[in-house]
Amino acid sequence: MNNQQARDRALNRPYSRKDTGWRLFLKTIIARAYPRIIGQQREISWVVFDVIMPMLAVISYVLVYRALKAPEEYIGFVVMGGAMTAFWMNVLWSMSSQLYWEKEQGNLALYIMAPNSMMAILLGMALGGMLATAMRAVAVILLGSLMFGVTYEVSSFMQLLAVFMLAMIALYGMGMMMASAFLLFGREAWHMANLAQEPIFLASGFYFPIKSLPFWVAAGASIIPLTLGMDAMRQLVFPSGFSYGFISVSLEIILLAGMSVLFVAAAKVLLAYVEKIAVREGRITESRR
Amino acid sequence: MSTTLAIETKNLGRIYKLRGSKKETRKELVALQDVSLTVQRGELFGLLGPNGAGKTTLIKVLTTLLSPTSGWARVAGADVQREPDLVRPRINMVSGGESSGYGLLTVRENLWMFSQFYGVPSQEANERIEALLEMVGMKDRMHTKSSDLSTGLRQKMNIVRGFLTDPEVLFLDEPTLGLDVGASRDVRRFIIDWLKTDKERTLLLTTHYMVEADELCDRVAIINKGRVLACDTPSALKQRLQKDVMFEVETSPLNGLTPQMMEEQPEVKKAALTEIEGGARLKLSLVEESALARVFSLFAQKDIKVMNLNKRQPTLEDVFVELVGRSMAEEESNEQSAG
Repeated sequence: MNNQQARDRALNRPYSRKDTGWRLFLKTIIARAYPRIIGQQREISWVVFDVIMPMLAVISYVLVYRALKAPEEYIGFVVMGGAMTAFWMNVLWSMSSQLYWEKEQGNLALYIMAPNSMMAILLGMALGGMLATAMRAVAVILLGSLMFGVTYEVSSFMQLLAVFMLAMIALYGMGMMMASAFLLFGREAWHMANLAQEPIFLASGFYFPIKSLPFWVAAGASIIPLTLGMDAMRQLVFPSGFSYGFISVSLEIILLAGMSVLFVAAAKVLLAYVEKIAVREGRITESRR
Repeated sequence: MSTTLAIETKNLGRIYKLRGSKKETRKELVALQDVSLTVQRGELFGLLGPNGAGKTTLIKVLTTLLSPTSGWARVAGADVQREPDLVRPRINMVSGGESSGYGLLTVRENLWMFSQFYGVPSQEANERIEALLEMVGMKDRMHTKSSDLSTGLRQKMNIVRGFLTDPEVLFLDEPTLGLDVGASRDVRRFIIDWLKTDKERTLLLTTHYMVEADELCDRVAIINKGRVLACDTPSALKQRLQKDVMFEVETSPLNGLTPQMMEEQPEVKKAALTEIEGGARLKLSLVEESALARVFSLFAQKDIKVMNLNKRQPTLEDVFVELVGRSMAEEESNEQSAG
């Protein structure tokens, strides 16, 4: 095709259609998930930061537990915690700050100005982040299990799937909510997240069963969906897992379902508020003002 | 509203509340004031003004990103404040120097992603991306990561993003900002070609490059401090000054002589000063050619040497000087020092 033909084709032919409604919603989700799923895999450094570094933490805990002659189940708990850390870090640092960075880059104004729903943009970010992080989590699980000979015995695949899916929906719903909060409060929210990172690592039981914590501390930490998600998954995949469980798996599934609805709904409300403020005050989409 | 209008604004105003320390009373910045404009479908309309004049604020209001504090605006027949969902599918915007998209994605992937937010079928989007990139001379960079592009190529990618969704009304906010001469020329040529092919397409361009506005626009609105000072075709705007005699003089340093002192001379209508290396460039607008002698006698008194003298036709810059009293460069430096 010569230059003239290219020009004619590009300029003269209207599109056969432009999707609206749910088709546009789905297209937006897939398109916004794309940079996370495909783009991020091009940055090979993820192997170091998202697999090797968490593995170092896993190895440290395993060595400490073995030195202390802790029950062998703890090794499996640590490997699972190491894998789930990837999701938490992704939500806390990537998902939550994403709208803020979109603003800084100039993408946010383009997203708001486009006919798509901003909720679809957020869902796309969440889906992309979840799928990209799943690769890292699987890598940590495989490496950890092979290195330390962890074996799994799933008591209910259906419940395991339900727990994992609900934990992810609730966790990324929380991330979507935090994305709007980070954008509204800017650096203050960033500092809050920084401040909360280590206490949440401790209280959520990434490397030990939360049953070991005082009840109210564990109950408070359950506001982070991964706390209940990990506790339920540990009960479901390790033979003696039930004896280390904080509350019953059924109750955890109900609580996770409630959190999923709550966080996604809160994200929608907060996002609508952010959009309203952005248009009214003109400062949220503006990185220079 | 007439269906022939792509953009219509009436008494549009926007005031920003500036955030200061808590003890301070909140200051207000009037960014737009009583802006009433109409842009016909198929028109290439220019907004010309210095930095901080209110051009970008006006574009933000028209693209539904910012609500006005007074007045109203309609784009493609819909009210930007009350019916943004009707406006958004029909418009797009490109800003100069923007860094939108994701560096890890290729040029094609970035453009495809943005096309999906407008519901464009994937295959058709990819065909058009290829064709548009060929038109701007970037087809060979289609699979280059956007983080590896130069500023000029990145801006061309942004321009393609704006045109890709085939908007009825396209807003270009300083599209050639920071581009070299060649790239700017390519962009301007592309804009003209795009408009030629469909008489219903409308383009609103903001710029502070006078030549760009003169070369491209069917009509131009000159805007300063949030107000539209004049709106007409470039030739009609320049015609206002046709009766004056225009000279451009390059001199050695002015040694304390100011444009105001020159304007105090009989028949010297305007004197606009631009500092240049080793001296000054003056644009003189005279009622009679003979007034030049009076200016030269001032130069002689201050021991100022004339390096170059040209008689010239009025430009949009002269129109701006006539309307504002200062050159655009002076206006910008004045705004910066005030800010």
